[in-house]
Amino acid sequence: MKNDSRPETTTATEGAVNNRRRSIVAGIGAAGIVAGVAPFNILRAQGRALKVGVLLPRSGVQAGIGQDCQRGVDLASGILKDLGLPNIEIMNGDTESNVDMARSRAERLISEGAQLLVGAFDSGQTTAIAQVAEQKGIPLVINIAAAPPITEQGYKFVFRNFPTAAMILGDAFANQKEVFKISGAAPKSVVFMHVNDTFGTAMQKGISVVMPKFDMPYKILAEIPYDPAARDLSVEVAKAKAANADGLLLVSRLNDAILLTRELIKQRWSPMAIMSMGPGWYEDQYLKTFGKMADGPMSFVPWYDPNKKLSKQLEGALAKAHPDINLNTNHIFTFEALLVAADAYKRAGSTDPKALADAIRATNITDNVSIGPGIRFNEKGQNATVKNAAIQNRGGKLVTIAPGVAANAKPENPMVAYNKRG
Amino acid sequence: MRPEFCWGSCVPLEVILNVAASGLLTGLVYGLMALGLSVIFGVVRVVNFAHGEMMTIAMYLAVILFSYYKLDPLLMMVPIAVVLFVFGYAIQHVLITPFINRPEHSQFILLVAIAIIMVNVLLIVFGPDAKSVQPAYAFDSFQIGTLILDATKVYAAAAAIIVAAALFGFFRFTLVGKAIRACADNYAGALVVGLDVKRLYALTFGLGAACVGAAGSMMTLLVDVTPPLGPAYTLLAFVIVITGGLGSMMGALVGGVLIGVTEALGGLLFTPSAKSMFAFGLLVLILLFRPQGIFGKRPT
Repeated sequence: MKNDSRPETTTATEGAVNNRRRSIVAGIGAAGIVAGVAPFNILRAQGRALKVGVLLPRSGVQAGIGQDCQRGVDLASGILKDLGLPNIEIMNGDTESNVDMARSRAERLISEGAQLLVGAFDSGQTTAIAQVAEQKGIPLVINIAAAPPITEQGYKFVFRNFPTAAMILGDAFANQKEVFKISGAAPKSVVFMHVNDTFGTAMQKGISVVMPKFDMPYKILAEIPYDPAARDLSVEVAKAKAANADGLLLVSRLNDAILLTRELIKQRWSPMAIMSMGPGWYEDQYLKTFGKMADGPMSFVPWYDPNKKLSKQLEGALAKAHPDINLNTNHIFTFEALLVAADAYKRAGSTDPKALADAIRATNITDNVSIGPGIRFNEKGQNATVKNAAIQNRGGKLVTIAPGVAANAKPENPMVAYNKRG
Repeated sequence: MRPEFCWGSCVPLEVILNVAASGLLTGLVYGLMALGLSVIFGVVRVVNFAHGEMMTIAMYLAVILFSYYKLDPLLMMVPIAVVLFVFGYAIQHVLITPFINRPEHSQFILLVAIAIIMVNVLLIVFGPDAKSVQPAYAFDSFQIGTLILDATKVYAAAAAIIVAAALFGFFRFTLVGKAIRACADNYAGALVVGLDVKRLYALTFGLGAACVGAAGSMMTLLVDVTPPLGPAYTLLAFVIVITGGLGSMMGALVGGVLIGVTEALGGLLFTPSAKSMFAFGLLVLILLFRPQGIFGKRPT
């Protein structure tokens, strides 16, 4: 029965209260239903594949390396299945070797349903993706990117299973000294040539801090930064040659490593040692382009431990899929990023981004591929235990020459001059 | 004691000479590429915004011929130039002719669209990987005293001079060349005396494309080719022709050499990362003090 004596406003208020009450009841009911079937959701989540957005520079100036990283992605599904890890569904994103494109592709992948991101080889592009991941609350597992600031921002959703520039440099100098000791030869002076992108600049800044701690036998006579997208590096090599140094210290990419080598040969300069602390010189495209002229350069980079069980499995899978390609950093760390994702998904039992991030934070994988005790992240989201190796190009293959525990060959130092290779 | 040039840090004179020689040789190939752009603009008065992309097509043709048949890009320069001539002739005849009397922005959009289509077709067909050719002389160099000259650059520069000389000869001594120059000098007059202007325009565009085809074939000896290379070379060609004088054939060659040497010496004496800055700096100076370019005619 309607009570007409009540003022209109009271009725309206009551209506609103009733509406709110109905909403609360409905909400509680819905929550109860959700809570009641939650275990089934988890079970369903485990049956469903985790949607992983993999961002790589598949085109542009870094395309060669981006596509090499993709091989690590292609190999992952079979091996993860063998390890009893849940399925992951790969959503590909091309950063086009461009920072702005990396940011917009990350946003698009998240809007299309990516529950976790992996990428993106390049520090500049990865920095942009990390900002998007943190803003949207979607975990990002970095495969390759060394600029230290990425894991110094206090991000909660960003994890890196790759050494920082300072870690790479520390290991590189230690391994160089080991190589010089074994071979009994060391350059007295070097020219430092580096790309002027985010990674190259981070390495250049790190050298002035890290190198003095190692009492290296050489001095840096000149420093030559250059554009990684350069089409011609003849001037840079002429300038380096003019310094009359014994060796070359490098932080490069793939295309520029090829251009530099061409110019070294054409300008008739054979340094006694070419020491790279970045990609480029060990890539298969480099080895195939130069044949016997590719022999000699040493790369001091994050690498794999050939004695680990999973390394052998990954090597076997790569040999089956690509018989003419050597296992390298690009494959290893891209594969391990997906391993981290699948392992976290298994333990989280959910695709909820926060649960996934918490699970990644608690990662403790000891059966892995890279050198070091395994994969675990510190409070900053950084794996601080991953180690480098020294590798050398030898007859179209890559041999590990340091550290001693992971070495399978002795260093050839000084390298054979280019004009004495027949 | 070796003579040195000091600016911040000291660089031996022999290094400066080596780098200048390398810049000069590269600049000659740049000049041939820009020559095509200059010829097209000088006659048809259409700015070819797909110029670098056309060169990229020529580079891919050279890569295919080398990869599958081991045909040297220097020898293939003529067949590739012929293919590009036909391609350029067809583009002018079918696509550009209807736009000749339309506003310049319509022509601009048309050619930019053609350029984008070319880049994307190349990406679909060849993928984003860099492709290169490596002939037997790829790593050779000549030593003359302290001067070390990259053999591929020497061959490419020599070929560029021959092609440019042939083009000069064509425009100066053949009837068709003279007819094309007549079109460029006086469009209405050419129509009045009964010249087939449409055909001559298509022929000119074809010749410009042939130039860029020859340059592309040689350029494969100097740089690796990727589809996104095109826009960078379009921009470079513009810088060269504006420096040398838009529409001037001699200007394109001289502009190419100037840009090549400026980039090389700027990179050596200052910082290599800023090579392009010196090329653009030169362009700004030219625009300020001689807006028509070094060999360009002042508008009447």
